[in-house]
Amino acid sequence: MNEFFAMGGYGAYVWSSFAIFVIALLLDFAAPRVRYRKTISELRGRYTRQKSRQEKAA
Amino acid sequence: MNKLTLWFHKFGSPPIFHRIAGLLMPWLYGTAVLGGILAMYGGLFVAPADYQQSDAYRIIFVHVPCAWMSMFAYLFMAVNAFIALVWRIKISEILAMASAPIGAIFTAVTLLTGSIWGKPMWGTWWTWDARLTSELVLLFLFLGVIGLYNAIEDRRQAARAAAFLALVGVVNVPIVHFSVNWWNTLHQGSTVRLLGPSRIDSSMLWPLLLMALATHLWFFASVLARARVSTLELEAGKDWARNVVLNERTSHE
Amino acid sequence: MLLTWRRRGEALNPALFALIVVVMFPLALGPEPNRLAGIAAGIVFVAILLAGLLALDSLFRGDQEDGTLEQLVLSPHPLPLLLAGKIAVHWLTTALPLILVAPLLAEMLYLPRQVLPVLIAALALATPLLSLLGAVCVALTVSMRRSGMLLALLVLPLYVPVLIFAAGACDAAQAGLPFLAPLLWLGAALVLALVLAPLACAAALRISIS
Repeated sequence: MNEFFAMGGYGAYVWSSFAIFVIALLLDFAAPRVRYRKTISELRGRYTRQKSRQEKAA
Repeated sequence: MNKLTLWFHKFGSPPIFHRIAGLLMPWLYGTAVLGGILAMYGGLFVAPADYQQSDAYRIIFVHVPCAWMSMFAYLFMAVNAFIALVWRIKISEILAMASAPIGAIFTAVTLLTGSIWGKPMWGTWWTWDARLTSELVLLFLFLGVIGLYNAIEDRRQAARAAAFLALVGVVNVPIVHFSVNWWNTLHQGSTVRLLGPSRIDSSMLWPLLLMALATHLWFFASVLARARVSTLELEAGKDWARNVVLNERTSHE
Repeated sequence: MLLTWRRRGEALNPALFALIVVVMFPLALGPEPNRLAGIAAGIVFVAILLAGLLALDSLFRGDQEDGTLEQLVLSPHPLPLLLAGKIAVHWLTTALPLILVAPLLAEMLYLPRQVLPVLIAALALATPLLSLLGAVCVALTVSMRRSGMLLALLVLPLYVPVLIFAAGACDAAQAGLPFLAPLLWLGAALVLALVLAPLACAAALRISIS
């Protein structure tokens, strides 16, 4: 098992590369989701404000 | 109007795009992750150690697919940029701008993993040879497109300006690809070929190709995810957007 | 051009900037002639490139501020031709002083005398190329107020190959190797840019102003 992690002595290089890859993709996954939730809540607020303005005017 | 243009027209309609993208996304992400895990298993466990580079070569299973994706992402962006500029199709503007951040990420990972691989193999973190330099230029091009898009207020004009920049820079993609053939570089030449046999052992080839497939699927999933948010933002005043936003509340909370 | 002559003090600014940049290097790296001679060509090029970058903003700034830019775009004359003229004048007033001051810069960095003609030739080919490419990028950012940093970011990927070939020609000449090939590449790129850049610049301007 240890031999596997050591990767013939190059463990640090191999594992850090794979780690960078995975972390980068996780960030790429999270970014649009965060933006989506933000947009939804922002638009929700905008619509409720619009609706209340319309009701006041009516 | 033939069937293809009709289909494209329908797909380009924002509410339909929003719905279809939402349906496709989980499948694309899922298969991408599955493929990626299988590929990593193949690359780390099944493939034997290289006789020259021992186990360090395994970085190839991450570095090369990312490099391929960095070029694919730019070409995808450039094609959509062209459509956006010539035919002013809104969905193409959105897709072009959505592929820039993903392309930048793949390019950055390519450069970083390549640098890490270079240290034990070449003895240096960096060298200014043709391939590395042109890949770095590719990263700057992506960042430029993103920067320009964010700097202009009007979203459609911003997309058109950034699309124009993307097209101006597309000449760099063949430079990156053919750099190892055209110049004497430290970076090794191509071993995987599209047509004809590849100069790489099959036990190493399948994880590589599988990871390439997985990253492609991930790319499309990510593009759709970002494009979906952008369509919602840009169409905020329309009724369909309002319906989507209000329905989200009931299904997610 | 008349306007530039009236403000000729300002027109010398890029040359002064390049001079200052070049002066900094011996101060920072130590005045040892051999070390400086090795990197002299590169430093001169980078200094001129940066000075040119600063000067790019003035290409459209005056016209944009007083509204002439829209008139240019709307005029019945072909826009690419008008822009080619503008870029040419801009090059004459900003890059030519830089090329003229280049021998001085080279001397300050102990560039070997025999490399100087190659340096001038490379500059003569590279600076119009930089002006043309820069013009396209400036056209994209013309409607922004503080576009300095963004402009540098946009223009950098396009400038990199020019710099590589130009400095490469000088380095080859300095090592006694054949230097014609990179110069020919620069020449070819220049010819291409002379035709395409005004067209691209016109398209970019139309996008920015629309």
